[in-house]
Amino acid sequence: MFDSETFQNAWEIIKTEIPLAIWETFYVTVLSTFFAIIIGLPLGILIVAGDKGRILKISKPVLRVIDVIINLLRSVPFLILMIVVFPLTRLIVGTVVGTAASVVPLVIAAFPFVARLVESSLREIDPNIIETAQSMGATPFQIIIKVMIPESVPSLISNATIAITTVLGYSAMSGIIGGGGLGKLAINYGYYRYQYLVMFFAVLFLILLVQLFQSLGTFLAKKSDKRLKQN
Amino acid sequence: MIEIKNLSKSFVTADGTVDALKNITLSIIDGEIYGIIGMSGAGKSTLVRCINMLEKPTQGNILIDGKDMGGLSTKELRAQRRNITMIFQGFNLLMQRNCLKNVLFPLELAGGKGEKAKQKARELLKVVGLADKEKTYPAQLSGGQKQRVAIARALATNPRVLLCDEATSALDPQTTHSILSLIKDINKKLGITVIIITHQMSVVEEICDKVAILDNGEVVESGKVSDIFSSPKSKAAKNLVFPESEQSILPREENEHHIRVVFNGAVATKTPFIASLAKDKGIVASILGASTKSIGDKAYGNMLLGITADETRIKEAIDYLSKFDDIFVEEVE
Ligand SMILES: Nc1ncnc2c1ncn2[C@@H]1O[C@H](COP(=O)(O)OP(=O)(O)OP(=O)(O)O)[C@@H](O)[C@H]1O
Ligand SMILES: [Mg+2]
Repeated sequence: MFDSETFQNAWEIIKTEIPLAIWETFYVTVLSTFFAIIIGLPLGILIVAGDKGRILKISKPVLRVIDVIINLLRSVPFLILMIVVFPLTRLIVGTVVGTAASVVPLVIAAFPFVARLVESSLREIDPNIIETAQSMGATPFQIIIKVMIPESVPSLISNATIAITTVLGYSAMSGIIGGGGLGKLAINYGYYRYQYLVMFFAVLFLILLVQLFQSLGTFLAKKSDKRLKQN
Repeated sequence: MIEIKNLSKSFVTADGTVDALKNITLSIIDGEIYGIIGMSGAGKSTLVRCINMLEKPTQGNILIDGKDMGGLSTKELRAQRRNITMIFQGFNLLMQRNCLKNVLFPLELAGGKGEKAKQKARELLKVVGLADKEKTYPAQLSGGQKQRVAIARALATNPRVLLCDEATSALDPQTTHSILSLIKDINKKLGITVIIITHQMSVVEEICDKVAILDNGEVVESGKVSDIFSSPKSKAAKNLVFPESEQSILPREENEHHIRVVFNGAVATKTPFIASLAKDKGIVASILGASTKSIGDKAYGNMLLGITADETRIKEAIDYLSKFDDIFVEEVE
């Protein structure tokens, strides 16, 4: 399949382009997940804390709107979302192509997902513990900051890991229309120029990155969980 | 003083309205250990939750030192809740905080910080006998130890009232005993008023001064524990005090009558009244069941006698036994 010349050729590309591509994928993923958490975490907290007015009094219509927006954004396929938000991307980044530009659609695709993950983490908390805090005179803000978040840290870390690996997948997909990184490399060389070896390596590094995030996430989640007896 | 006045609470559920509490009136004096006992679903938890307004009463008032809990602003209520703390059957500790930080929690909520707060938390861990568990997480503690941490936590804000909702129901008898002793100790040393919710008569016997019996959302009887034990009047109270009378222990023969003898004080227990009944009246009684209990610093007991005789002889026996001091006699159907 590979004669030595194509092999040489491919190796050249791998050596010169892969390190940058890895870095681009890495930082886009981390940055996008970070912003998605900045937006998604408060939303998830609002949804749970506002539920039935148990912790925060939030009007039902407001909660309903948040819910609908999240569902709406989550139901648009990522590639289409990317095209739809082109105007916004241009407004924020100045261009729609390149690594930095892909952060915008990634954040918009990921924050509703993060909000749902946060919601599921926070719903795991024993309601009796929240009531206990209320019985001690905790304010809603104290309940969120001192009970809900700290008590669900292990679950939040696990879910952040799911979020980051999902964003990594999306970021590779964004390579099709202008995004940078390993996805772009795989598509440009593998799909358009039949350089399968380059594609193979790009995919290999994507897998390794997922493994890295996942192992790190699992490790941190376990380490942070004081409910486990062996700590 | 805690005054519960005409308190009612109804829940609206999918299956209609549940009247969990119906027109409850109780007074609890400062420094008392007050028991509230009842079967499951009687409304005990709802009642304590109304006391600190975790549950808003449908009607009626809770007055603490004359101050109406229902009339407090959110801020005042939060401050008042530091004054009326609570422990639970499920302990409800923060699982991601170690023991010391669990005890620190209510202090943090109240704005207490730094070495002074820590010092206080350490002292409280010492009071509950867990000075060596500062850095241990709740998952690594036994049930009894968890409840001790919860008690230390409940004491952190120097409350005047401690509410205990089935605080010992998840514990074995021995651990229950040690937790109750701790609560009694705290009550004596710190003068904290304690309200104990339970479905176990043994808990009331062990530490309560007064008790209210809750049945189906109503207080059917209340008063000094010794009075209610020696002569329970309501059916719910009788069921709790004499659980064995519910199910007939032995199949009754024809003409066999059951007589309950309730006695209090050491004199009665030492009186050989069964023997003298046989000697003086020629009536033979067999003992179907008996239990003696020490309540407070006195011994109380009750005995179920079986006598096979006709109505007039039974009446004679009851009259005869009633003449003894401190004895209360009644026929059981
Ligand atoms: N939030 C609620 N919504 C609807 N009904 C409720 C609610 N809380 C309690 N109830 C009802 O009120 C009644 C009394 O409940 P409560 O929990 O006070 O009983 P309890 O005496 O504490 O029982 P247990 O010994 O089982 O804890 C029950 O019929 C229960 O179903
Ligand atoms: Mg209950």
